Amino acid sequence: MKAKVHITLKNGVLDPQGKAVEHALHGQGFKGVSDVRQGKFIELKLTGSDKAKAKAEVEEMCKKLLANTVIENFSVEVTD
Amino acid sequence: MRAGVVVFPGSNCDRDVAVALSQSTGKKTAMIWHRDTDLPDLDLIVVPGGFSYGDYLRCGAMGAHSPVMQEIKRRAEKGTRVLGICNGFQIITEAGLVPGVLMRNAGLKYVCKDVFLRVEDSQSAFTARYNAGQIVRIPIGHGEGNYFADDETLDRLEGEGLVAFRYATPTGEITLDANPNGSQRNIAGVFNKSRTVLGMMPHPERLSDPKLGGTDGRAMFDALVETLA
Repeated sequence: MKAKVHITLKNGVLDPQGKAVEHALHGQGFKGVSDVRQGKFIELKLTGSDKAKAKAEVEEMCKKLLANTVIENFSVEVTD
Repeated sequence: MRAGVVVFPGSNCDRDVAVALSQSTGKKTAMIWHRDTDLPDLDLIVVPGGFSYGDYLRCGAMGAHSPVMQEIKRRAEKGTRVLGICNGFQIITEAGLVPGVLMRNAGLKYVCKDVFLRVEDSQSAFTARYNAGQIVRIPIGHGEGNYFADDETLDRLEGEGLVAFRYATPTGEITLDANPNGSQRNIAGVFNKSRTVLGMMPHPERLSDPKLGGTDGRAMFDALVETLA
């Protein structure tokens, strides 16, 4: 099984990197862009076949290490 | 006072702080490798500045889960004083020893300069040699020192007097211009609930000898010796 983890900044947490990327995009002529938010994508390979159990385990990994829940949200998707 | 400094792969302020500590304690400072879990008896453990584990994942995240930090958390619970400086502050927030998190500087740039701090609380072993309201000059050097916590946590910290230092002007005003990194409410350092753990972005060890250009930082190490001797 594989797990895909998306980690994003919570609403209300300033994202200066996202802002800088947005300004750079405007500078490149992409005028219709706003609210750029930067995050992380982590892919994991897992043993076993119980998807629900795997998802719960990866969520535990997010809480303990992969994300900092003071400022970040995470979402987990488990596939074959 | 018996003091020890943790050494992670990527620490680079460990020797500076050990020298500053020995100057105040008159004793050799114990250096603790990050894989050690069998620590000597210590009154103070310093988690130093640097780029532990290359700042992988998030600055401080890997260090917070290293073997030595599990033992430091146990010692901290028993009241052993813990001081996290710069990357050490990032590590102890990730480890949950003090609240909040250090984010990328609002200006996105690494900032290395002397700043002025207003001492907000002198009721701790770390700050006993300062007076509340006193202005001290201490250097910073970081790219991720932007202190963030939710409003509820910030209100609680302020209400309980757990903000140790704020970035200020040389005359002690707390202004946006004096804030080098976008920290919420200009916070430069915070205590845990019992004021036995202090995390701060500025480096007291970098101004703890007249030859370095100042001694405002030395008062912290002297205060610790006085309290914990």
